[in-house]
Amino acid sequence: CTLTTYIQTYLSHQETKESKCDLHRLEEGPPEKAELTRDQGLQYYRTMQTIRRMELKADQLYKQKIIRGFCHLYDGQEACAAGIEAGINPTDHLITAYRAHGYTYTRGVSVKEILAELTGRKGGVAKGKGGSMHMYAPCFYGGNGIVGAQVPLGAGIALACQYQGNNQLCVSLYGDGAANQGQLFEAYNMAALWKLPCIFICENNKYGMGTSVERAAASTDYYKRGDYIPGLRVDGMDVLCVREATKFAADHCRSGKGPIVMELQTYRYHGHSMSDPGVSYRTREEIQEVRSKSDPISMLKERMLSHNMASVEEFKEMDVEIRKEVEEAAQFATSDPEPPLDDLCNHIFYNNPPLEVRGTHPWAKLKSLS
Amino acid sequence: MDEELERDERVFLMVEEVAQYDGALQVSRGLWKKYGDKRISTLPFLRVRILIMWRSGGSGGGLLLFKTGPSLPLFQAGLRPICEFMTFNFSMQAIDQVINSAAKTYYMSAGLQPVPIVFRGPNGASAGVAAQHSQCFAAWYAHCPGLKVVSPWNSEDAKGLLKSAIREDNPVVFLENELMYGVPFEMSEESQSKDFTIPIGKAKVERPGSHVTVVSHSRLVGHCLDAAAVLAKEGIECEVINLRTIRPMDVESIEASVMKTNHLVTVEGGWPQFGVGAEICARIMEGPAFNYLDAPVTRVTGVDIPMPYAKILEDHSVPQIKDIIFSIKKTLNV
Repeated sequence: CTLTTYIQTYLSHQETKESKCDLHRLEEGPPEKAELTRDQGLQYYRTMQTIRRMELKADQLYKQKIIRGFCHLYDGQEACAAGIEAGINPTDHLITAYRAHGYTYTRGVSVKEILAELTGRKGGVAKGKGGSMHMYAPCFYGGNGIVGAQVPLGAGIALACQYQGNNQLCVSLYGDGAANQGQLFEAYNMAALWKLPCIFICENNKYGMGTSVERAAASTDYYKRGDYIPGLRVDGMDVLCVREATKFAADHCRSGKGPIVMELQTYRYHGHSMSDPGVSYRTREEIQEVRSKSDPISMLKERMLSHNMASVEEFKEMDVEIRKEVEEAAQFATSDPEPPLDDLCNHIFYNNPPLEVRGTHPWAKLKSLS
Repeated sequence: MDEELERDERVFLMVEEVAQYDGALQVSRGLWKKYGDKRISTLPFLRVRILIMWRSGGSGGGLLLFKTGPSLPLFQAGLRPICEFMTFNFSMQAIDQVINSAAKTYYMSAGLQPVPIVFRGPNGASAGVAAQHSQCFAAWYAHCPGLKVVSPWNSEDAKGLLKSAIREDNPVVFLENELMYGVPFEMSEESQSKDFTIPIGKAKVERPGSHVTVVSHSRLVGHCLDAAAVLAKEGIECEVINLRTIRPMDVESIEASVMKTNHLVTVEGGWPQFGVGAEICARIMEGPAFNYLDAPVTRVTGVDIPMPYAKILEDHSVPQIKDIIFSIKKTLNV
């Protein structure tokens, strides 16, 4: 209750903020004013800064060839993951594509387990068998490598929520590139027909690999692409906007009105993946401009500082703690052993008696346990 | 591709991320700058937006817009597209059209509508790209009548077979290999000509031998040659056959070799069940070479699991040279 909050945190000020958003087939959107308490602000800062430092560490480890294969980094988009998590319950469900490290963290996996998965060690969240694009957690369904394929899955999870009547919902994320995929429209159709509690969220970072949205989509109003499904579009660089929009969308779903589409306008600093320098299809000036004017972490910090919600020293202290946490996680991720060979064939089937698996030749008879 | 684009105006290329990204794996680098938007169509990174145009035997052609959904009716076009999949893993999103719209159409139309199209891109395991990006599709596509499936190993194969595939009037699935893109090979004078083609459906004996026939395709041909070099020092002479084409398979070349060596080992990167090696075994058993076998055929394959990410696990999921050597020795009972 508000009074208690004031008393408990008498040093903080309640901050009100205007949140602008575009609406599609909605009479009204999220509330015009959003409240941020000091604790919330510090928590969001910590979450976003942790993701930022974790991704930069992954960049470093990839360049040292300790991480291999695919690595799609999330720096720049932290407000989306942090804001969405703040707007839903831990028991709600979430599924996303391959730019998934941020969500893996917000859904409860430690930095240690994420980095160890990236380095392919047995302490990784998927025991080293999944890699960057295939990390999972309770109520978090990855991490999916094939563009757009996760969206119909998300609608299915929402169906399960409805079927079980547990008042939970599913957040189904995708990017501006995937937004043109046919399977999304199939998912929209079924979700709308059956009024599934599904929030479809498009993280529009303006580029699908190297193709800018203007060259990829006949309509770049991704929040309207659900057509008969109501939609809203907000600034994805502002964690409060994202939170409020998510809360609004969650209420919409939980009240039985069916699915809703959300577009978060955001930006990624890195290229599409570590093999993309990210400057052949956009200018360095553009990247620099977003960094200096719209960085989600700086924006939150400045807002809190200018309203005396926290001091510069406190932020510095948090930064130091976070750096330490990420550094220790990286230590673990580089020193933990690789998975043992007898884990090679495990986890093919669930709840199955042990089975024999053929190795590279007929004399290699390997064992698979559930 | 450059030479074929120059030679025939009806040939055009549809590639994901080709223009400013230069094609995700740089295979089509420079082509957009040379030929422009009309001949080189860049698709955003979606993989399934595949436009297929073909020429009918008689009076015109057809245009089919593909996706996992309804197809548009046919118009007149008459073009010969080359469609690039960023990897064949993504072709699963469009596989309905590859099979139902490309492979079967000439048959279903009783000869009215041929489909001169090439689907190309990297296939099979790469390095550290995990389960959803490492699958080999040779067996999947080679299972289907109406398709030709080609799998080059070295530079000569790649050039000669691709030119044949583009000139071929039927749908060709052209399985390249990402790890081979950067490997240089010496090319003969002849293979550097603009009209150098390699016939589809003909295997090549890369290394003659007398003790055992080793059949492979794509990257593993190199592994087989390495294994053969090691075994030669022990006095075992392997005849290494590069399949080059999976469908139609050149069984006669394999049979001729087996009738000489009496032993057969097949080597592939894909999964064992219902795979390329399994088909070779069946065909050998059905033909004259069966009576010449002194031992059952041995298949060397990928491990029957989804591809793990961790390096140590990934290394143990694909055939190593030592696995090939071991299998050859077991087959020869030495």
